[in-house]
Amino acid sequence: MKHKFYGGVHPAENKHATEHKPIAQLAKAPAQVVIPMSQHIGAPCKPVVAKGDQVLIGQMIGETAGLGAPIHASVSGKVVAVEPRPTAAGVPGMAVVIENDFENQVSPECKPRDNVDSLTPQEIIDIVRDAGITGMGGAGFPTHVKISSAVGKADTIIINGAECEPYITADHRLMLEQGEKVITGLRFIMRALELDHAYIGIEDNKMDAVAHLKSLVGEKADISVEALHTCYPQGAEKQLIQRITGREVPPAKLPADVGCCVFNVGTVAAVYDAVVNGMPLTQRIITVTGAAVKNPLNLVAPLGTSFEHLVEEADGFIEQPSRVISGGPMMGHAVYELDVTMAKATNCVLCLSKKEMPGTSNMQTCIRCAKCVNVCPMHLTPVYMNLYAKKAEWRETEELRIMDCMECGCCQYICPARIPLVQQFRTAKFELRQLAMKK
Amino acid sequence: MSEQHKYSVASSPHAVSPVGTRSLMVDVVIALIPALCMSVYFFGPRALTTTLVSVLGCVFFEWAYQKAMKKPVTIGDYSAVITGILLVFVCPVTLPYWMILIGDFFAIVLVKQLFGGLGTNFLNPALAGRAFLMLSYPVPMTTWVKPGKEFWASIVGDNVDVVTGATILASDYMKSGILPEDRSLWDAFIGNVGGCVGETSALMLLIGGLYLVFRGVMRKRIPVVYILTVAVLTFIFPRGDGNLTWMLYEIFGGGLIIGAVFMATDYVTSPNTPRGEIIYAIGCGVFTVFIRYFGGYPEGVSYAILLMNVCVWIIDQYAMPPRYGVTKEMKNAAKAKAKADKLAAKEGAGS
Repeated sequence: MKHKFYGGVHPAENKHATEHKPIAQLAKAPAQVVIPMSQHIGAPCKPVVAKGDQVLIGQMIGETAGLGAPIHASVSGKVVAVEPRPTAAGVPGMAVVIENDFENQVSPECKPRDNVDSLTPQEIIDIVRDAGITGMGGAGFPTHVKISSAVGKADTIIINGAECEPYITADHRLMLEQGEKVITGLRFIMRALELDHAYIGIEDNKMDAVAHLKSLVGEKADISVEALHTCYPQGAEKQLIQRITGREVPPAKLPADVGCCVFNVGTVAAVYDAVVNGMPLTQRIITVTGAAVKNPLNLVAPLGTSFEHLVEEADGFIEQPSRVISGGPMMGHAVYELDVTMAKATNCVLCLSKKEMPGTSNMQTCIRCAKCVNVCPMHLTPVYMNLYAKKAEWRETEELRIMDCMECGCCQYICPARIPLVQQFRTAKFELRQLAMKK
Repeated sequence: MSEQHKYSVASSPHAVSPVGTRSLMVDVVIALIPALCMSVYFFGPRALTTTLVSVLGCVFFEWAYQKAMKKPVTIGDYSAVITGILLVFVCPVTLPYWMILIGDFFAIVLVKQLFGGLGTNFLNPALAGRAFLMLSYPVPMTTWVKPGKEFWASIVGDNVDVVTGATILASDYMKSGILPEDRSLWDAFIGNVGGCVGETSALMLLIGGLYLVFRGVMRKRIPVVYILTVAVLTFIFPRGDGNLTWMLYEIFGGGLIIGAVFMATDYVTSPNTPRGEIIYAIGCGVFTVFIRYFGGYPEGVSYAILLMNVCVWIIDQYAMPPRYGVTKEMKNAAKAKAKADKLAAKEGAGS
């Protein structure tokens, strides 16, 4: 069951700072949470609470408007504002601001279920939907949509425990400390999809997690835990599918079209909480790391906690960070300020020191070394795409299949001339979308 | 927001490989040092002085051109150093210094800088410089000193009194279908034969090549396919009796190894697509054997590579990697559909 995907890079892992640190509880609960109404792919949620309302943990505060998943209060307290706030993605978005009353009162609707064994597939999907679960690995696709669109189509379930981004250890710690949630949650999803087998893919820099999950699966051979040779971007959906099954997802198609359905380990654990404990997705595990913070750690924190508070939990900065990133160094968003807050898919706050942040101003000319071509997991030719993109010849970049680019960053990572390829390609893709809309 | 943003932002990725242009180039220079040492051993200290002259010449011409044209000076990237070494490596050790400098000027200014400098020249500068010298000074460019201490070329002067000897590919030997009896295969492999400064020691060049592969600077495709192509062709069609012996002499006796490892793999002038690299390497091999067998020159590596250099863009265009997720069946289906559509449109127009 070992296939290969083309290309890939192996950046310095830098996971040592936090990989052995157990998931910590917050030393101090946040006084205020700012919960963005757009934490998933699709339309932003519509706030259903108003300023002055009293809310409880797990109470729905945003309902779906189209494709999406509902959003719930992560602390109990008073809604003090419903207004646009800065987000990690850069543009301000509607958010519900809740002042914490530190009572930790949980909504009475959230109570453990005792009939978990008799749930029908549709009931499981409904629970997942009502719990507001979205992909917790990065993109944030609503999980119930993924499951229901794969019913009958998918023959393979893959759980993504690759965590191929450097620095991040949130999924690693989750698998080690809450492995039962992952395994049991996965069995719920298998029931929802009516499949009796699933894979968990984990990179071989986390062999302890592989061994732990294997022991939890035990005699029952319904789940195969696969150790995968460490290589970025193994955790990308298409590459993981290719690695486990050898199948390639065709352009503009979904994993379900090749019979696959991929979930992050965090998502699966959230499914467990929703089904067994009746708890919607209101908190997550997050790694706060980078050489600029004093005490890097893994934390479980309520959604909407500000980056500033998370950095304080890591005992603050030892030096002014050169860059603060929401997510990992390969695909994360750099943020302007620490007033942005964590969302369902935020797995890391990375504060890079000056030493960790290589100079970006020393761009040189392309020497056509073709390293970018040899690392591109999507079989593209970044060297030629860049040639056209920098001359604004968008049509030519389209012929070079730039729309297949998933912005994993391998090409720019490996580029010896330090050319900002991904930025170039984002611009080109944006322009092409504009052109397509005009038509 | 009234205050300034606190942190600088940029598009991802925020991590960069530690290998930059300069470190790639320095690795290539390091990989050339074993061959240079062997050359000094067989041809004398002039191998070293002529290399130094050429390197200084290339760096100077690059610096002077960029100063004169008010362009940023890029001699710090070491690419001119490599051109200087490689050009001397494919010239005889007795070539007068001033001729080397003319070659340097042609390589750096005419071949490289006039076409935009590093990254945009379409011919390998060192090989183009050699081709120019070959046309301009055919006799000094084909005068070879016999290897060994008693024949060491002197550092100064014109070397009229050194004992000359032919390369084993020349018309004294293989070109006329005669195996070089006095030069064993082992001599050819370690470099104890007449030839250019840096081309004779296949062993040392291969060590340099392995270092580059190990460091991830060079991909194996081009050198392996190039040498294999030559091996297969010369094994099937040997120029004398004994396929294997002839094949090995063809591989180790001339400039094939330096060409395959250091010239054909030049980033700028080789294809960027994996399939393109293979087509290009096969082309290099075929042309090399053709020129050696049917051409006027005993050696064909440099012209073969130059010929393939000019085909790189067109090769890449037709050798794009297969699209991710598109299988052969899907491709055929799309083709069949396009054909049917065309037919339908034709019929529609006809009726």
